Amino acid sequence: MSAKVDTSLPLEYQTEQDRMNILGFWVFLGAEIVLFATLFGVYGVLYERFAGGPTHKDIFVIKDVMIQTVLLLTSSFTMGIAIFEMRRHNLKGLITWLVITLALGAGFLFMEINEFIHYAHEGATMQTSAFLSSLFVLLGTHGAHVTLGIGWATMVIIQLLKRGLTPTTARKTFIIGLYWHFLDVVWIFIFTFVYLKGLVA
Amino acid sequence: MEHHQSKSFPISHVIGFVVSLVLTFAAAGIALKTNLSFKVIMWIIGSLAVIQAGMQLFMFMHLREGEHGKTNLINMIYAVFMVIVIVVGSIWVLTSGHASH
Repeated sequence: MSAKVDTSLPLEYQTEQDRMNILGFWVFLGAEIVLFATLFGVYGVLYERFAGGPTHKDIFVIKDVMIQTVLLLTSSFTMGIAIFEMRRHNLKGLITWLVITLALGAGFLFMEINEFIHYAHEGATMQTSAFLSSLFVLLGTHGAHVTLGIGWATMVIIQLLKRGLTPTTARKTFIIGLYWHFLDVVWIFIFTFVYLKGLVA
Repeated sequence: MEHHQSKSFPISHVIGFVVSLVLTFAAAGIALKTNLSFKVIMWIIGSLAVIQAGMQLFMFMHLREGEHGKTNLINMIYAVFMVIVIVVGSIWVLTSGHASH
């Protein structure tokens, strides 16, 4: 299956199996996009059904949202640098940038958990209104993906430390990189169509 | 397949990052500091979001790289089509009065 190795290509593309895995992951991301689309659709329908509970302007704190946005965007950038270092066969640089990426991701997650606690203290829970149900499901699904991504990337780092850079570990690193960038792409739309939209009207 | 390990500075990533930051703060500024109508603001910041997402697909995720670059592109175009159908379709059907009996 991995008979032909084309060493002129970056490590993660050198075998047919690895190329197919990367293609397969892009197809998976296509399905993830549709999953998030359903949640955006629900939120778009229900976003003004407050049921007498708090509205967007009562609970959203723009400063915290901006910090979350910059943290996640920067982590997407540092993940790009990690993959760049991987292509230079710089294992130490790769791992360093991966750790920085995860630290920024953890910072984002910390902010988001605090945000949810802050909402709950203001009486804004999943049970309060259709607006808040759809909001928590959308944000929670994204946050769960970030959490999963941190665990996944940690395991990839452990493999890199144990096995070094091989076509297989390079492919695994490249795929978690794609996943991480994807989480930031979803966040752009949450930032725009949840937070900014809520604070405009 | 032009991406090789020889380059010493990740220029496309840096440009992508800076432009993303500019688009993010521009969207926030337009949404929160201007007196434009809700509809105009949503069209502007929605467009900025699409531009930023598209740019990250190419500059961070190397969408068209590798022998399956074209397949990836078609896959993403189809995903975007599905997003429009699901999001715009749901909101249209459920809020425009078709469901109000």
